[in-house]
Amino acid sequence: MPSGPLSIGAAGAALRSGEATAVELLAAVMSRAEMTESELHCYLNLDREGAMAAARQADRELDRGEDRGPLHGIPVAVKDNMCTRGLETTCSSKILAGYRPPYDATAVARLREAGAVIIGKTNLDEFAMGSSTENSAYGPTRNPWDTGRVPGGSSGGSAAAVAAGSAIAALGSDTGGSIRQPASLCGVVGLKPTYGLVSRYGLVAFASSLDQIGPLTRTVGDAALLLSAVAGHDPADATSYAGPVPDFAGSLDRGVDGLRLGVVKELGGDGYQPEVSETTGEMLDKLAAQGAEVVEVSLPLFEVALSAYYLIAPAECSANLARFDGMRYGLSIKGSTASATMAGTRAEGFGPEVTRRILLGTYALSAGYFDAFYGQAQRVRSLLQAEFDEAYRKVDVLVSPTSPTTAFRLGERTQDPLAMYMSDICTIPSNLSGHPAISVPIGLDSKHLPIGFQVMAPALGEQVMMAVAAEVERLAGFDALPPPALAPPPGVPL
Amino acid sequence: MPIDVDVAHVANLARLALTPDLLDRYRKELGVILDHASRVQEVDTSAAAPLAHPLGQTNVFRADEVRPSLDRDEVLEMAPETRDGFFVTSPALD
Repeated sequence: MPSGPLSIGAAGAALRSGEATAVELLAAVMSRAEMTESELHCYLNLDREGAMAAARQADRELDRGEDRGPLHGIPVAVKDNMCTRGLETTCSSKILAGYRPPYDATAVARLREAGAVIIGKTNLDEFAMGSSTENSAYGPTRNPWDTGRVPGGSSGGSAAAVAAGSAIAALGSDTGGSIRQPASLCGVVGLKPTYGLVSRYGLVAFASSLDQIGPLTRTVGDAALLLSAVAGHDPADATSYAGPVPDFAGSLDRGVDGLRLGVVKELGGDGYQPEVSETTGEMLDKLAAQGAEVVEVSLPLFEVALSAYYLIAPAECSANLARFDGMRYGLSIKGSTASATMAGTRAEGFGPEVTRRILLGTYALSAGYFDAFYGQAQRVRSLLQAEFDEAYRKVDVLVSPTSPTTAFRLGERTQDPLAMYMSDICTIPSNLSGHPAISVPIGLDSKHLPIGFQVMAPALGEQVMMAVAAEVERLAGFDALPPPALAPPPGVPL
Repeated sequence: MPIDVDVAHVANLARLALTPDLLDRYRKELGVILDHASRVQEVDTSAAAPLAHPLGQTNVFRADEVRPSLDRDEVLEMAPETRDGFFVTSPALD
């Protein structure tokens, strides 16, 4: 059995050399979960039986010489807003307590087809609305690097599980930064693909024109492997991209020589933790030394991206969450009329942030305000995308910090919704434009908290984005682990 | 300046039965958030069309063929109340 936290690549090599079985890999990851869960609460539900059955099957297949590829036998965690057939899926909401979906999300089905072992469902901000995982109806997840701090959000359970070694890799979803920001705060890699590249079928909808499923992993190479397994056209999602899926893992070694990197002027300066800015600057120098041309690029509409987002996302959320009516599934508080059943169920079942966003969105879509708020935000979105396109005529990728600060304390931003929303200022623009972006850990601040570096690329530009990310990863040499009590130290079996 | 929202009307549209205390809290919070969000109104968008799908995709159709769907009993199993293969709801009219 290899030691230390494993990448997909290393775990796969151990499986194929006979050094470990899928059952042993799962047992190691489950025992990590048992050691850390009382402290971290990454999971809402560990599927011990289902995972063990899948691991046994993976071993039987490998024994017969049937190899499903890089994810075969690999323990993977899934954010609890993706449907898993027969396995409780709550979106961290009371309104879905006990809900067992009658089908698998396409991304989950593809993981199973690729031979992955689904360990369980990870914690999130309710319906993926939040930046700290504190908006979970089932209690927060804590950051493995400092349990007094948040893991980021909304995919905080997935990010913390990968950081702590209680999953080898995980799926998250990203509507305004919900994969990249927690990846940054937990010191792991997080990738939001181009909109439409991964099917949203079975992903409980938050904001349909922004939501995208993607990987949280220990390495950029792992992100490529996991993305390759879940990406591709799905007739069940009408917004799914129908073109060919590029070979993400094939171009990781090209380096940055001759590439033009645009540093986004608007994503830095005041309000950014000095250590985040310094570490980002040092990485830019290293990239330049490897032959990249580093230039400053201004995208003035980034200044209003957050405002546009907080109209578009709540508007779409208010429409999507109308399906929770207390009649077909989930919580039901029966009233004397259908309307009373809906209003009573929804008031009881939704937490404060979800309620706030439904109200915001309903207002932005209501008669008399639609054009001034929602319509205007959609037109700003179109101008922002044009601004991105203009920038990508001059540079190959755009770069910035992933988050203005490292992990903040639990409770620090819960009383001020706007302060919490600011956590996503660097990540939101790529959701509005539909473009891919990735966060890679590049160092620690003086409090021993991880700092993330973001690489953004044009639509379907994942290959160049991941080549730059892989070079960032190599130059950073980030191999720090959370404190030994919470992460397996090197040399100790996983 | 915070925007004044008739939050009781909005809560009714959204089918949320909120207490007066909560309505007051959300009225204040929404006012502040919408004040920030209204910055979008400072942008000249006269030449811009609204963007709904980032890759510009429009309607997608599939072939009109009969296909299997989810099993009805399995779907209804998650409903709070059913009868004869249907969902049971409270009356739609007062």
